[in-house]
Amino acid sequence: MKKVKNVMVLLLVAALTVVLGGCQDDKEGNADTQTESSSQVTSESSLSASGEPVMGGSIVVGIPQDLEDSLDPHVSVAAGTKEVLFNIYEGLVKPDEQGNYKDAVAQSHSISEDGKVYTFLLRENVKFHDGTTVTAADVKYSIERCAGINGDGTPLVSAFSNVEKVETPDENTIEIYLKEADTEFLAYLIVAIVPEHCEDLEKNPVGTGPFKYVSRSPQENIIIEKFGDYWDTENQAYLDQVTFKVVGDSNAIVTGLKSGSIDMYPRVNATQLSQLADDEDLQVYEGGMNLVQALYLNNAAEPLNDVRVRQALCYAANREEILDMTADGKGTIIGSSMFPAFEKYYMPELADTYNQDIDKAKQLLSEAGYPDGFELTITVPNNYQQHIDAAQVLVEQFKQIGVTATIQLIEWDSWLSDVYADRNYQSTVVGVDAAYLSARALLERFTSDASKNFINYSNEEYDQLYAKVKASTDDAEQVELYKQMETLLCEDAANLYIQDMASEVVLRKNYGGYVFYPLYVQDMAKIYQIAE
Amino acid sequence: MKYFLKKLGTLILTLLIVSLLSFVAFSVIPGDAALSRLGTEATPEQVAALQKEMGLDRPLPVRYASWLSGFVTGDLGESYSYSMPVTELLKGKIPITVALTVMAFLMILAVSIPLGIFTASHAGGHLDRFLMIVNQIFMSVPGFFIGILITYFFGLLLKWFQPGSYVSISQSFTGFLHYLIAPAVAIALPRCAMGVKMLRSSIISQLDADYVRTAYSRGNQKWRVLYRHVLKNALIPVLTFWGMTIADIVANSIILEQVFTIPGMGTLLVTSISNRDYPVVQGILMLIAALVIIINFLVDLLYSRIDPRIRLKA
Amino acid sequence: MRKKKTTKNTTLILGGCIFAAMLLFLLAGVIGTPYDPDAMNGSLKFAGPSLSHPFGCDHFGRDVFSRVLKGTGTTFFVAAATLVLGGGTGILIGAFTGYFGGWIDEFLMRMNDAIVSFPNILLALVLISIFGPGKYNVILALAIVFIPSFARMTRSEFLTQKEMDYVKSARLMGVSHLRIIFVHILPNAVPTLLSTAAIGFNNAVLAEAGMSFLGIGVQPPDASLGRMLSEAQAYLMTAPWCAIFPGLAVILLALGVSLLGDGIQQKGGV
Repeated sequence: MKKVKNVMVLLLVAALTVVLGGCQDDKEGNADTQTESSSQVTSESSLSASGEPVMGGSIVVGIPQDLEDSLDPHVSVAAGTKEVLFNIYEGLVKPDEQGNYKDAVAQSHSISEDGKVYTFLLRENVKFHDGTTVTAADVKYSIERCAGINGDGTPLVSAFSNVEKVETPDENTIEIYLKEADTEFLAYLIVAIVPEHCEDLEKNPVGTGPFKYVSRSPQENIIIEKFGDYWDTENQAYLDQVTFKVVGDSNAIVTGLKSGSIDMYPRVNATQLSQLADDEDLQVYEGGMNLVQALYLNNAAEPLNDVRVRQALCYAANREEILDMTADGKGTIIGSSMFPAFEKYYMPELADTYNQDIDKAKQLLSEAGYPDGFELTITVPNNYQQHIDAAQVLVEQFKQIGVTATIQLIEWDSWLSDVYADRNYQSTVVGVDAAYLSARALLERFTSDASKNFINYSNEEYDQLYAKVKASTDDAEQVELYKQMETLLCEDAANLYIQDMASEVVLRKNYGGYVFYPLYVQDMAKIYQIAE
Repeated sequence: MKYFLKKLGTLILTLLIVSLLSFVAFSVIPGDAALSRLGTEATPEQVAALQKEMGLDRPLPVRYASWLSGFVTGDLGESYSYSMPVTELLKGKIPITVALTVMAFLMILAVSIPLGIFTASHAGGHLDRFLMIVNQIFMSVPGFFIGILITYFFGLLLKWFQPGSYVSISQSFTGFLHYLIAPAVAIALPRCAMGVKMLRSSIISQLDADYVRTAYSRGNQKWRVLYRHVLKNALIPVLTFWGMTIADIVANSIILEQVFTIPGMGTLLVTSISNRDYPVVQGILMLIAALVIIINFLVDLLYSRIDPRIRLKA
Repeated sequence: MRKKKTTKNTTLILGGCIFAAMLLFLLAGVIGTPYDPDAMNGSLKFAGPSLSHPFGCDHFGRDVFSRVLKGTGTTFFVAAATLVLGGGTGILIGAFTGYFGGWIDEFLMRMNDAIVSFPNILLALVLISIFGPGKYNVILALAIVFIPSFARMTRSEFLTQKEMDYVKSARLMGVSHLRIIFVHILPNAVPTLLSTAAIGFNNAVLAEAGMSFLGIGVQPPDASLGRMLSEAQAYLMTAPWCAIFPGLAVILLALGVSLLGDGIQQKGGV
C-alpha cells in the first residue's frame, strides 16, 4: 500500500496549498518585498548552462501517485493535484519563483487602507481554454463560489469565509469586501478563476493558464497541451504537450528515467539518486521540499505535557544521524516550525538549540520524575517511507535514555481522523507545509484555540504574540513577532523538529528551464527542449 | 433449467451478502470519506457539507437501499476520488485483469497438464521424484518473491523487460502483452506446481481403479488407457481446482500488481480502500464475487458435460 | 507400491530435516542474535555480505542475518498462532456440526461455502482494513480466513466416523457426547488434520509474508520476513542481499512444513 501512496502524506499535510505570494505586498500591488530568493538560487543559476530553447516538443513527467482528487480547483486539496493544476488555472494574481505574486487575470490591484477592500482591474482579453473571454462576472462567480456565497453557504475554500461580498461596479472592476481586516488576504487570491458557464470542472477543467487539459486515465496519466491563446504572450509555454505519468514504485522511477520512458521526476530520494548519479543523460537540481518534518508531540498527553520530558526527547535525538540514515545526509536541519525557503522568517540558529546530549536528556527526565524512561507510541501514516524511516531511527535513539518507543503505522485516512482531527495520539512523524507564503501559514496553528492545533500546544505568551501580529500592519514588526513565536516553539520543545527534507529534481539533459518555486508546483510552461 | 435458476439464485444471494457485509464493514472502519477528501485544512462545516453532498449523513440502511437500487439498474455510483462513474473506471481496468488472468491461466494449463501426466505415468521414478521436489519448492515461494526475483534477474540484470514501465493497451497492444508476461509468470509458477501435484495424484488414484485394470486385462495399451479413460476421469476433481485457481489469480494479482506497478484492478482496490472510496471498493468486490460464482457455475456445467450423472445430484 | 514407499521416506526425511533446521535457526534467534537486530549503524549502510555480516546490512546498517533470525521467529509465531486459533476454532465447529448435524450444521456449512469461494488474500485484506494493521490483527484476520477449511475437513471426518461401530457401541454404553467427540473420534481424525495443518501453516507463512509485504502486516521496526522483503524491494539494485536472504527463509520455512505434511499424508495413506 505504501508503494502506491508513497509521497502523499507529505503533500497532503496542511493540504490547502492554495497560495503563496510573497509577504506583505505594498498598497500599489506590484512591488515585491521578498527581494532575496532563497537557497534555490544556486540551483537556478545552474540551469542557465543549458543550450538554446526551441519551441514545441513534449515531455513525460513522473508523479509519485495519481491525482486521487477532484480536478475542480476549488475542491481539490492534495498538493499533488495542485502542482498539476497550477499549469491549467490562474487566479487574479499568480505566484512567481521568488515567492512574490504578480497580476494574472487582474491587470492591477489595490488594497484599501483599512485592509478590508481589495479592488482589481480585470485584464483585457484573457481567454478561457474554451475560447470565451473572462468577464468580471466570471471572477465574481469564482470568488463567491470559494466563499460559499449564493451556494449552500459553506465556503469551498475555508479562508474565504472572511469574504463578505463581491461587487462589480463596472465590467472591468471587481471589489472584494472582507468581514475582518486582513492585510495578507492577497495571498489567497491566486485561487483559480473559472468560467461561470462550465458545470463539470471536476471532469473537464477549463482555466486561463498556459496549458489546457486534454485527458486523464486513472492511475496511468494526465495529459495537458499548450494553450495557443494564452494572454501572456511573452510567457507562452514552450512545449506542445506534457504527460504526467503515474509511477508509484521506486524502481519504476529509476528504470523509467534510465530507459527514457520518463523525462523528468520532481522528487527523487537518496536511494534513487544513488542509482541515477552515473547516468550521463540526466541532470539533477537540488532544492528543498518546503515542509517541516518533525516528531509532533501531543503537548496535552502524559508525560509529554511536561516541558522537561519534551526537551529530553529533543536532546536524545541526533538529527544528523536521521539525515544520514534516511537521506544520505541531505536535507536541512531545522529547530522550529519554519523552513529555509521562508528566508524572511527563518532562524537558522534555532537548529542548534538541541544538539544531542544524552546526559542532559537523562537529567531532565529524572527531574520530571521519569528516571527510568517511559513508553512512547509514535504514530506514523503508512504511506510515506521517509517518515517511517525517520521514526525507526528515533526509536533507536530514544533507547539511549530509556524511552521505549513503538511505531504504530496507520492509514493516512485514520491519521486524519484520529491524530489530526481527534488528537488522540502521543506523537507522530509527518511533514507540515505552508498553505501560502506567509509565516502565518505555519505558526497560526499553534495558538491555543486554533482548530488546526493538533499538538495541543498552549502558551499564553504565544497567543499574545499572535494577537499582536494580527493587529499590526507593519511588515517588519510582524516578521519580528513571528520570529519570537518560532523561538518560543523551540524553547518549549513543542515538537521534536527534524528537517526540511531535500528535494531533488531529475531532468533529462535535452530539456532545460526547470524553476524552483517556494511552494509545491511544477511550472511546465518554463520547461523547454534544447536545440540539438 | 431448474439447475440454471438455482445457480442464478445463488449468484444473487451471494452478491447480496457480499455487498451487505462490505457495506457494514466499511461503516465500522475508522476514517471518514469526506474528511479524507478535504484534508487537514477542512473546517467542520465543510466536512458536514461534503458528507451531505456524498449522502453520507443518511442512515446506513437508506444508503444501502439507494446503492442497491442503483446496482440493479447497472449504476455503481460515482467514485469519490476520481469524480467519474465507477462502471467507467472499472471498464478501463477489466482488460488488464482479464489479460493477466488469461495469460497466467494458459501458462498454468500449458505446464501442469503435460507435467502432471508425465509425472503420474512415471510415478516413483528418479525424474518424478526430482520434479516433485522442485514442485514442492515452487509451492513454497510467495508469488511476490518470484516477482522480485524476476524483476531483479530478468529486468535489472538481463534487461529483458523494463521493470515499472507499464505500457497501456492504448499505447501498444503488443507492448502491453509483453509487459504482462513477467507478472503472469510470477503468478503462474506456484499455481503450476499445485496444478501438477493435483493432476498427478488424481491420475494415480484413477490408475488404481477397477476399470483401469479391466482395460489393461483386455489388452489395451498403456497410453491408450491413459488418454481414453483415465485422463477424462482424472480431470473432474482437477476442474474444481482450476476454477478456484482463476479466482486465486485475480486475488493474487492484487499483490503482483504492486510488485510490477501495473495500474490494474488490484492497485485500484488497494488505493480505494485507503482512500475510503467505498463505491469503487464495493464495485470491485461485487465484480470479483460475481466472477467467482460464474466460474463455479461454468465448472459445474463442464462437469455435467463430462459426467452427465452430476446433473442429477445437483 | 514398493516405489511409493521410497518417495514417502525421502519426502518425510527431507521435510523433517528442513523443518528441524529452521526450528533450530529460529530457536537460536530466540536465545540470541549476533547483533541487535534493530541497532543501526550508518557506516554499514548497504554493506555487502562479509565474514562479520554473512547476510550483509540493510539501509539502516542493521545486520540482515540477525534480522532474518528474528524475522523467522516472528513469521513462525504468526503462522503458529494463526494455526492454533483458526485451526482450533475450525476443528471445534467442524466436530460439533459434523457430530450433531441439524440446521446449525446446514447454516454454518452454507456460510463456509460462501467464505471458501472468496479468495483468501482478498478476505484477509478486507478484514485487515477493518481491524487495522499489526501483528495480532494479522493473526486474527488469518485465523478467521482459515476456519472454514479446518471446519470442513473435521466435519467430513466426523460424518464418516460417527457411523462407525465403535462410536455406536460407546453411545450404547452411555458415554457422553462430549467424551465421544474428544476422546473417541478426534484422535482418529488426527492424521487427516495433521496434513490440513501442514497446508494451513504453509499458507499462513505465505499470507503473513504477503500482507507484511503490502505494508498491512507486522509493523516496523519489528523484523518479519515479509516486511523485510517489502523494504528491500526499493533497494533491489543496490543491495539484493536484503531481499534474497529473507526470501530464502520464507521458502525454507514453508517448504519444510509442506514436505513434512506430504510425508505424513503419504504415510497415513499407505
